[in-house]
Amino acid sequence: MGISLDFMALSPYLGELLRGLFTTVVLTMVTTLAGLMLAIVVAYLRLNAAAWVGMALGGYVELIRNTPFIVQLFFIFFGLPALGIRIDAITAAFLAMTLNLAAYSAEILRAGIESTARGQLEAARALGMSSLQSYRHVVLIPAFSRIYPALISQCIIVMLGSAVVSQISVYDLTYAANFIQSRNFRSFEAYLLVTLIYLLLAIGMRQTFLLAGRRLFAYRQGEHA
Amino acid sequence: MTLVCVKDLHKSFGELEVLKGVDLDVASGEVVAIIGRSGSGKSTLLRCLNQLEQHDGGTIEIAGQHLDAGAMTPNDLSRNVGMVFQSFNLFPHKTVGDNVMLAPTVVRGVDKTVAERLAREVLDKVGMLEKFDAYPAQLSGGQQQRVAIARALAMNPKVLLCDEVTSALDPELVGEVLRVLEALAKEGMTLILVTHEMKFAHDVADRVVFMHQGRIHEQGPPRTLFEHPETSELKQFISAIL
Amino acid sequence: MIDFTLWDIVRNLLLAARWTVVLSLIAFVGGATLGFVLTVLRLSGTKWLRYPINIYVDIFQGTPLLMQMFLAFFGAAALGFNVSAWAAASVALILFTSAFLCDIWRGCVEAVPKGQWQASRVLGMNYLETMRHVILPQALRLSVPPTVGFSVQVIKGTALASVIGFVELTRAGTMLNNATFAPFTIFALVALFYFALCYPLSCYSRHLERQLYDAGLR
Repeated sequence: MGISLDFMALSPYLGELLRGLFTTVVLTMVTTLAGLMLAIVVAYLRLNAAAWVGMALGGYVELIRNTPFIVQLFFIFFGLPALGIRIDAITAAFLAMTLNLAAYSAEILRAGIESTARGQLEAARALGMSSLQSYRHVVLIPAFSRIYPALISQCIIVMLGSAVVSQISVYDLTYAANFIQSRNFRSFEAYLLVTLIYLLLAIGMRQTFLLAGRRLFAYRQGEHA
Repeated sequence: MTLVCVKDLHKSFGELEVLKGVDLDVASGEVVAIIGRSGSGKSTLLRCLNQLEQHDGGTIEIAGQHLDAGAMTPNDLSRNVGMVFQSFNLFPHKTVGDNVMLAPTVVRGVDKTVAERLAREVLDKVGMLEKFDAYPAQLSGGQQQRVAIARALAMNPKVLLCDEVTSALDPELVGEVLRVLEALAKEGMTLILVTHEMKFAHDVADRVVFMHQGRIHEQGPPRTLFEHPETSELKQFISAIL
Repeated sequence: MIDFTLWDIVRNLLLAARWTVVLSLIAFVGGATLGFVLTVLRLSGTKWLRYPINIYVDIFQGTPLLMQMFLAFFGAAALGFNVSAWAAASVALILFTSAFLCDIWRGCVEAVPKGQWQASRVLGMNYLETMRHVILPQALRLSVPPTVGFSVQVIKGTALASVIGFVELTRAGTMLNNATFAPFTIFALVALFYFALCYPLSCYSRHLERQLYDAGLR
């Protein structure tokens, strides 16, 4: 018995890999942006809007956090058309990923906001800022910087979770691997290579976020000297 | 008899030289208060004495034994040096009694019943015997610090190091801890304290050591030092505090 | 085409949900055992143990669980073993769980304040004595809420076993959907079942977290 790997068998499929990589990267970038923006809105409304709005959003957050992403994806892609809402696979993937990231991030963000010193908020109010103004100018950035590491991890989890969108035929990295192994029957090599690419994406994403964080939260530099 | 003998002690953290050659002898039964601004190296000096920080140069001798280059195990060290911290550091998952009994049983292999008798004895000494079965979280800061003192005493150290032991306490709780320390001093315990309590240093210490920029800048009996400071740095320090 | 009543669908999903539970238990128990060993080795070992374990953790946290499933499934085949989907899923989930728990638990040990180490040192305790009597008991208490919380991730993770053909809740949902063409009802039900499994654990984890907070340990 022996294992013989033949990665050269993958070389004719570079185009497929690049196409899949492109989809995964673009999907991740768009959903990260959309998801985080939605999260900010959800977190704000949960803490400030009328009770029933807060309850409804709480239900959404809990529902997402306590069901598998693949089921959310299937529900959106297969289930919604039954209600007459027709969407294509890539839109379904975008929707599912955004809603998923937003729910988790809203919860992370809420914890960050709640841990913002009361004194900061009172100072903002004393200076005459409205709740929205103090939220925007005083609360958001420090809260963000405190929960930034957790947020990075969550965005990476969503990127890695996006492998599942191949199951509704979105041509992402995993779909490319499935496609290649169905042609050359080198499934182990194909999946190993693609796994490695995901790993590099995760590392790259973390570095990019950290770099951005250093610029975003420049005011904190030297704090832990 | 000299109990602690420090010669030309040096310690750096990276680029920053915190101790620049400290010499200090402490006799058995002596109470030494170390004062000085934050960053003057006083806490570092104390932490070198039980090797929580390893010094880079010079020698430390305690009860005739060298401490240099990790020559002593924590167990050996604990026979000579006890320590009480600013933040108490009681074990939150253990009762007051278990906090005191843990090290004697684990480190010294003392029998449970003997350890309990010992624990009751030292807790009685600090006035905490009735809290034997309480957990640290149920106690006030002053009470926790008294338990921490008892925990250190249970190991029967030759010298007790106190690192700003009242700094984390509310003002009304400082007195009870200082009274315990004062009683220990009267009993003849050797104490080296880093402290901001100038009145306590004045009333209880045999000698006050003023540290400045990593060196002992001035030292002497408390009355002389506080009432007739020689150097301008000490004068400034005293006037800023009083 | 056979006609499925709502009850038929629910019954079939319930039967499949058993396998979700079984797979979750296998993953959690196996993963916790392996994770504990890794945590201990990582904490006490030399760098020759620490670095490989760090890399192990990073790899499983940095790649999709779906890929881990595929690799377990097809990797075994490449080695000449013919493994069932269910064995492959178990292996992948156990490894995945162990890596995450190893990281969570190390965090708990590190969350015990430095002063506890120093106080123990000063009292004469060595590394193992300190670990056993002072650090681990506290870390254990800290670790319960996040560990319960992670069990939710494990349950959700088992859904991916459906992709390599293991018939659990999600797979049963897809199969029923192919037979009945009632996707809205079916996937809503599937989601509901997962929710019923996960939500109590989430609440329990949060409750434990709050207890710790009130006890002043966090």
